[in-house]
Amino acid sequence: MTDQTQNLGRSLLETDARTRKRNAAEARFKAFGVAAIAVALLALVVLLTSVVYNGASAFKQTYFELDIELPEAKLDKSGTRDLEVMKKVTTIGYAPILTAALEAAIEKAGIETTLDKKAIGGLISKEAAATVRNAVLANPEIVGTTQSFSILAEGRIDGYFKGRVTLESAALDSNTSPEALMLAQALADAGYADTKFNWAFLTAPDASDQRPEAAGLGVAILGSAYMMIVVLVLALPIGVAASVYLEEFAPKNRWTDLIEVNISNLAAVPSIVFGILGLAIFINFAQLNQSSPLVGGLVLTLMTLPTIIISTRAALKAVPPSIRDAALGVGASKMQSVFHHVLPLAAPGILTGTIIGLAQALGETAPLLLIGMVAFVRDYPAAYTPEAGLFGEASTALPVQVFNWTQRADPGFVERASGAIITLLVFLLIMNAIAIYLRRRFERRW
Amino acid sequence: MNDMRLMERAVDMNETKIAAKGVQVYYGATHAIKDVSIDVPARTVTAFIGPSGCGKSTFLRCLNRMNDTIDICRVEGDIRLDGEDIYDKRVDPVQLRAKVGMVFQKPNPFPKSIYDNVAYGPRIHGLAKSKADLDEIVERALRRGAIWDEVKDRLHAPGTGLSGGQQQRLCIARAVATEPEVLLMDEPCSALDPIATAQVEELIDELRAQYSVVIVTHSMQQAARVSQKTAFFHLGHLVEFGETGQIFTNPRDPRTESYISGRIG
Ligand SMILES: Nc1ncnc2c1ncn2[C@@H]1O[C@H](COP(=O)(O)OP(=O)(O)O)[C@@H](O)[C@H]1O
Ligand SMILES: [Mg+2]
Repeated sequence: MTDQTQNLGRSLLETDARTRKRNAAEARFKAFGVAAIAVALLALVVLLTSVVYNGASAFKQTYFELDIELPEAKLDKSGTRDLEVMKKVTTIGYAPILTAALEAAIEKAGIETTLDKKAIGGLISKEAAATVRNAVLANPEIVGTTQSFSILAEGRIDGYFKGRVTLESAALDSNTSPEALMLAQALADAGYADTKFNWAFLTAPDASDQRPEAAGLGVAILGSAYMMIVVLVLALPIGVAASVYLEEFAPKNRWTDLIEVNISNLAAVPSIVFGILGLAIFINFAQLNQSSPLVGGLVLTLMTLPTIIISTRAALKAVPPSIRDAALGVGASKMQSVFHHVLPLAAPGILTGTIIGLAQALGETAPLLLIGMVAFVRDYPAAYTPEAGLFGEASTALPVQVFNWTQRADPGFVERASGAIITLLVFLLIMNAIAIYLRRRFERRW
Repeated sequence: MNDMRLMERAVDMNETKIAAKGVQVYYGATHAIKDVSIDVPARTVTAFIGPSGCGKSTFLRCLNRMNDTIDICRVEGDIRLDGEDIYDKRVDPVQLRAKVGMVFQKPNPFPKSIYDNVAYGPRIHGLAKSKADLDEIVERALRRGAIWDEVKDRLHAPGTGLSGGQQQRLCIARAVATEPEVLLMDEPCSALDPIATAQVEELIDELRAQYSVVIVTHSMQQAARVSQKTAFFHLGHLVEFGETGQIFTNPRDPRTESYISGRIG
C-alpha cells in the first residue's frame, strides 16, 4: 500500500494514527490545564483555611461579667467629685477593686481555689482597670455605688476558652497555671465569664505587647479609610484627566511616546521606592506629619496613578472610533465627543481599574513602613485638627497592623494578626464586589 | 457646437455649492489626493466612484475637515463652501460640520435611545428652545430619514437595537436633524442588504430636494441609480467628472471606460 492510497476506502468508524496522536496531545494539554487550576485552587484553600482557622477566634473575646463596688474612699478621697482630683488615681489604684470584685464573685459562687489574691487578679486583663477608670471619669456620680461591668479576661484565659491554651500547656507557662484555668472554667459555669462577639476588635485601638486581648483594629481601619479617601480624591481625577489628554488630545510625537514609556515603567517600580520618594518629598521637604494618613495617601496616590492611567487608556482605546466620528460628524467639538460619548462608554473599564488600583493600595505595606506608619498608635486620628490639617494626625493602616502584630512575642497576637488579615480580605472582597456591581450596572445601559 | 451649449446650460442651472481647486492630500509621505479640482453643485446628488484605495473617502473627508482628526494627514489647496474658504484659519471645523453633515460607511448610532441619537445634534447646537421644539425636530428628522413609522412607538429604545438598515437610516436622520446644507455619505449602503439599500437610495433621492448630497459608492449601479453627477477617481487623480448619464454611456477618458466596463477595479 502506498501513501496515496492510505486514506482510500478507509472507514470513518476507525481513527487513524495521526488523528489518535492529535487527540492524545489535546487530552494531555487539557489535563495540564486542569492540574494547574487544581494546584492554584488548593493553594488558595490552604491559605484561606489557615487564615480563617487562626483568625476567626479574634472576633470572639472572653469577658468577666462582674458587679464592681466603687468605694469612694479609694477613688475620690476628697469626696468632691472633682475630676482633677479623681484623675490622680491611676489604673494601679483601680486594679485591687477589680480583684476584690472577682473574689466576691468566687465566694458567691462557692468556688474553692488555692490561688492567692495576686493570681486571682491575674485572671483579669491589665486593660480592664483602664476601662473601669474611664467609665468612672466619664460619670463621677457612680462612685460609691455598685455597677455591673463587662471586663476583659487576661489573654491566656481568653485563649483557654478558645482552645488555644490547654491545662497541659498552662503547666509549662509561667504567666498562668492550670489552677487559674480551672477557676476561670468554674466562673464561666457559674455565669460570671462569657465569650461573646468582639466588637472591640474592629473599634478599639492597638494595645501594648502584654495585652493582646485588648488589641483592636480601630485606628488601622480608620487610617486605611482616610488613605483610601485621599487616594480616590487625588488619583481618580488626575489619572483620568491625564489619560483622556494623552489618549484623545495629545499629538503623537516623541514626547508623548516618552511619557507613555515612563508611565508603563512607573507601574513596575517597586512600591518601596515610592516610600523613599514620599519620605524625601512629603516628610523631609514638605514637612508634613510623619505617620499621617495624608502622607500615606499621597504616597499611595503616586503608586496608584500609573495603574489608573494604564487601565483608563485601555478603556478609552476600546471605545470604537466610529463613535468619535459620529459625534464629530454632527458637529460636536472634540471635548463634547469625549465627555458625552467616549468617557461614558469607557466608564466601566475606568471604574474597574480604579478599584483594582485602590485594592492594591489598601494592601500595600512597604512604602508605609518608610513613612513611619508602623509606629504604635494608641489614639484615633481626628479627621481634622487645626494643627495637623485634614488627615494629618498619626495613624496606622491595616496591612501595617498585620505586619506589626506578627512581630510581637505574645502568642495571642497570632490570632489578632490572622483576624486582621481576614478583615483586610473582607474589605478587598467588598471593593471587588463594588467594582463588579458598577461594571454590570454601567454596561447594562446597552 | 450644439453639445457645448447644452453643457453651459447644465452649469447655469446648477449653482455651485462646494468648489475645490488644486486639492492635495498627504498621509505622511503618501500622496493620496493629487491636484483634484471639482465643483459640487447644489441640490444634486454627486457620486464619487473608483477602485478601492483611490482616495474617494479621503477627498470626501476633506469637505467637512474630518481629516483634521488624523494627525499625519495634511490637506493643501482651496476648498470653498458658498464661496468661503473652509480651511481658513478663522473657520471652526465644528461649525463647518454642523453645515456639512456626514453619514459613515458602517452604521454608527450612539449607544443611546433613538430619540437621544437624533436629538444630540440639535441639543449641542442649541436648535431647540423647548422640549416640544425638540420633539418636533426629532420627528421631522426621523420622517425625513424614512424611519419614523418604524420607530415612533419605541423612541426610547436603544438605537443600537435596530437592524442594520434601520440603523443607517437613523444615522441619516441624525445627520439631517442639525439642518445641514450638504450631506456627505461614505458608502452608506455597503453594510446593508438589497432591500435596505433600496430604501436608503430612495431616501437619498428625496433628500436631493433640500441638500447637496455627495455619495461615495463602490457600486456603479448605485451611482447610476441615484446620482445626477459622477466623478471618477483613480490613483488619487480625478479622472473625469460629468453628468452621470454621460459618464456611464459615453466616457471621455479611456481609464473611465475600462473601469466602467469592469477592466480595472
Ligand atoms: N488614516 C490613514 N493613514 C494613512 N493612509 C491612509 C489613511 N486613510 C487612507 N489612507 C491611504 O490613502 C489612500 C486612499 O484611501 P481612501 O481614501 O480610504 O480610499 P477609498 O475610500 O477610495 O477606498 C489609500 O492608499 C490609503 O492607504
Ligand atoms: Mg473608502
